[in-house]
Amino acid sequence: MPKPVPTQQLIDSLLRGDRLALARAISCVEDDAKDAAEIVRAVFAHTGKAHFIGITGAPGTGKSTLVSALVESYRASGVTVGVLAVDPTSPFSGGALLGDRVRMTSHSGDAGVFIRSMATRRGAGGLAKASAEAMLLLDAAGFDCVLVETVGAGQAEIEIASVADTVVVVEAPGLGDEVQAIKAGLLEIADIFAVNKADRAGAARTVAALEMMLETGGAAAQSIMHHGQRMETGAAASESDAEGGWSIPVLETVAVSGGGVAQLRDALERHSAWLDESGGRAEREGRRLDHMLQTLVQAEVLARLERGLAPALRGELVELMQRRQIDPYSAAADVIRKLSR
Amino acid sequence: MKQSQIRVLIAKPGLDGHDRGAKVIARALRDAGFEVIYTGIRQTPQMIAAAALQEDVDVVGLSILSGAHMTLCPKVVELLHAQGQEDVLVLLGGIIPDEDAARLKAAGVHAVFGPGTTSAEIISYIRTAMAGA
Amino acid sequence: MPWPDGWKCKTFRILGTPTECIEMDELNGKPQADGSQSHTNPGKLSTLKQAWRQNTLAPVISRFPERKAKFTTSSPSIVIQPLYTPADAYPESANAGEYLRKLGFPGEFPYTRGVQPNMYRGRLWTMRQYAGFGSAAESNRRYHYLIQQGQTGLSVAFDLPTQIGYDADHELAQGEVGKVGVSISSLQDMRTLLHDIPLDKVSVSMTINAPAAILLAMVIAVAREQGVPPEKLRGTVQNDILKEYIARGTYIFPPAPSMRLMTDLFLYCARHLPRWNTISVSGYHIREAGSSAVQEVAFTIANAVEYVQQAIDVGLDVDHFASQISFFFNAHNDFLEEVAKFRAARRLWAKLMRQRFGATDPKSWRLRFHTQTGGSTLTTQQPDNNIVRVTVQALAAILGGTQSLHTNSKDEALALPTERAVEIALRTQQILAGESGVGDVVDPLGGSYYIEWLTDEIECRACDYLERIDKIGGAMQAVADGFIQREIQESAYASLRAIESGDQTVVGVNSYQGGATLPEETLQVDEGVQNEQIAALAALRANRDQSKASAILRRIEDAARTPSAPLMPLFVEAVESNVTTGEICDALRAAFGEYQPSSWV
Repeated sequence: MPKPVPTQQLIDSLLRGDRLALARAISCVEDDAKDAAEIVRAVFAHTGKAHFIGITGAPGTGKSTLVSALVESYRASGVTVGVLAVDPTSPFSGGALLGDRVRMTSHSGDAGVFIRSMATRRGAGGLAKASAEAMLLLDAAGFDCVLVETVGAGQAEIEIASVADTVVVVEAPGLGDEVQAIKAGLLEIADIFAVNKADRAGAARTVAALEMMLETGGAAAQSIMHHGQRMETGAAASESDAEGGWSIPVLETVAVSGGGVAQLRDALERHSAWLDESGGRAEREGRRLDHMLQTLVQAEVLARLERGLAPALRGELVELMQRRQIDPYSAAADVIRKLSR
Repeated sequence: MKQSQIRVLIAKPGLDGHDRGAKVIARALRDAGFEVIYTGIRQTPQMIAAAALQEDVDVVGLSILSGAHMTLCPKVVELLHAQGQEDVLVLLGGIIPDEDAARLKAAGVHAVFGPGTTSAEIISYIRTAMAGA
Repeated sequence: MPWPDGWKCKTFRILGTPTECIEMDELNGKPQADGSQSHTNPGKLSTLKQAWRQNTLAPVISRFPERKAKFTTSSPSIVIQPLYTPADAYPESANAGEYLRKLGFPGEFPYTRGVQPNMYRGRLWTMRQYAGFGSAAESNRRYHYLIQQGQTGLSVAFDLPTQIGYDADHELAQGEVGKVGVSISSLQDMRTLLHDIPLDKVSVSMTINAPAAILLAMVIAVAREQGVPPEKLRGTVQNDILKEYIARGTYIFPPAPSMRLMTDLFLYCARHLPRWNTISVSGYHIREAGSSAVQEVAFTIANAVEYVQQAIDVGLDVDHFASQISFFFNAHNDFLEEVAKFRAARRLWAKLMRQRFGATDPKSWRLRFHTQTGGSTLTTQQPDNNIVRVTVQALAAILGGTQSLHTNSKDEALALPTERAVEIALRTQQILAGESGVGDVVDPLGGSYYIEWLTDEIECRACDYLERIDKIGGAMQAVADGFIQREIQESAYASLRAIESGDQTVVGVNSYQGGATLPEETLQVDEGVQNEQIAALAALRANRDQSKASAILRRIEDAARTPSAPLMPLFVEAVESNVTTGEICDALRAAFGEYQPSSWV
């Protein structure tokens, strides 16, 4: 049990880049501790500098290994990196087994890398809130780049990645007959596709399938609608390239040996530059903050609802309804009145 | 009394690759409701300390079967203390002779669990320690 | 006789040409590739047995006389034949066809009943206690002690730095030198380790994997100094890298270059060390990691299939290297299952080699194996009980037809064994060999309804796994995907729960607890070993021809970067130039890179 540190001291240390303070601040937002809000309020003015990259894909695509390879590439050029590795909480026990560090051991001891494993815990709302806040904390602590790795399954995990500045969807051959990303609904959020394990049989087919999806426009069109950009179809995407659009690249990587990682890194830089030129960065940030606002409000409303709908009060109202002394609509209105006070 | 989720780092220091014990304990702790961060084998004390810090864990569980515990465990404790994590509970599992266990406890290891320890004993130890913290 | 249905459960694709076809041909009297007399259409089993005695057994006995002229039970008038079949137990109803297809005669395909015609009546299994700790000199003293006590082969345990290719003075070696085995950083250490051990007479088995080629190069060099030519050397390098990724953790390089080191060693030994076992495909550690008996067979054989395929892919003829492949299994407490496991593995391997890989030399079909009793079954509570466990496990290995055996010492759950404890363990084998009489007849449990049914069952279930692994793309791919590791972890966790819930009895641990536990006398490794080794290495490096050492290291790195350039001859040259284990591995690391574990549940 950590010794209590005065919140202001924790904030000051975090802003100086102190790693222990950062780690404890992340625990505060994860635990939804009472000083979490105070910490986020205090550091918010110092955020807005980091490049947020979401990395998502089906289990078995080699995301962690790819993240590790990317970290290596960033470190080689002196860029500091924070990694948030999100894995599911067991619905049975509430515990979690977080093993992503196994694939990232080579960065241990590098002060320019900070890796944090995060369990999904309370589910959609809680996770979105905690991970968005943890991203801000890593930003405030001075990391140039923040990689958020989530399993591309489950709405919450996909949502977290989707609010990043750049979203990399990782695919791999041989995981089944279909392209996993199509099944999981990940096509719509991708800025870059990485077909990992590209040295394996079937990689070319996976690449072709993705390219076809993009060309036929289905995915690209959805993607564009999702991101609210100007392009209409995949074909238009390449045309609009000249006018400053972004055409989604499909890259091959072999994370285990570092193959194709330079190209992925290059695509990330290009996307980042494109975001700056096109105004996309402000738009993405706007979307992210809007998303954060929504989750905060939802979380607060839910919390109040839980408090307001205390079992005792509910029992009381149910009893009144059974005696026909109050109707369900009036009972509900009564609860809502109590909540908004 | 700790209200928040208990986080445990399970690590194998040294060169020993026999990770069966570490892995089954990691799972048992997960099933007991803890968040378990597993680091894998061949961890240096520096790597373990760095992971413990970044993950802000409450407990560090070390597993060693190779006999290198007297060299590695005190080093882990020392590094944790130096980085301001004096409050982390350090547990050791493995084949540890009694006289070594006594010396390790003096060096700051909180508990040593030998072969035949049940996962229930370890879980209950952690819960009790966290409740008192 | 009611042979079990399990046998016919499936005809497995993984076995290559469907089993039924080939075997029916054999039964129809076509000549057999192993040169034994073909069995004329199922008729009288007693006649076939007579033919086996004349054609298979008699030539062996005439070359290697049996241990006794006449074997009897404890009742002197009951004389024991070498082998019993349904014809002896059920003279009226014995079905020769089914017997031949499922079991065959010992020393003949599919070797269910054993790889030699008369098994332990000729020569007992090799009693080979795994040993090594501290310095080379200390380990050498332990080996001489074991040989004096009647042990017939050496089995060298190396410390972890040696196994992972770090010299004793490497930073990561701190606290590990001499701990779980002997520290061998240079030829000087190997010379001390094998001092006064006649390498033309004593076989040397080495538990070494990632740097196997380097340690073998040292043995070749020491033998040369003793005047023993390489072709006379007998022994084994474990050299089984896949199970290191799966279960044991002493890997260095990524899979592809590791496979290259392995096939390079195969090639070299096929040419220069024909009596050396180039690999010991190990289920032992898979089982210790928590697998079931079926998984032990399945994953070990899947690994072996991958090795054979790799060697064939680089152009080796299967019959040129297959007879140098040996196996290493575990023996746990479920006595009858263990016996069936060994028999199933033997039969499965014979079929795979013959039918899938098309090996024609019967030597390529024979699964020869070493067994060690199950380390993870030992308890620290009531440690004397371990002697009994080891006895049961050793008996299973013998009844399963092992070629060599290590019996664990009762104190090995606590520490490396003391000399007294090792002596009891060795005496256990000697009592089984000399007093129990189980070695006086071949495969005495063969024909038991349960054993035969269970043998089929284990073979079938192992085949299921082999099919799944084939679909994944082979063992290497299955390891890369974490499939094998996950399967083992599931079993390990299930077994933990079974013990903790009391479903599985462990005497002294979850039942019949209490009584004296400790303190027992245990062996302590001298912490000074590391300092001595560091000083010795400094002296070695100061006194060698440094330009020669640097030159050979450069050549090794260059060769490693050149696909399929031979490496073994360079290793021999390097160790003879006093280049160290760690230095050679560093040169290889520069060229090959290092393995990064990539799988976790």
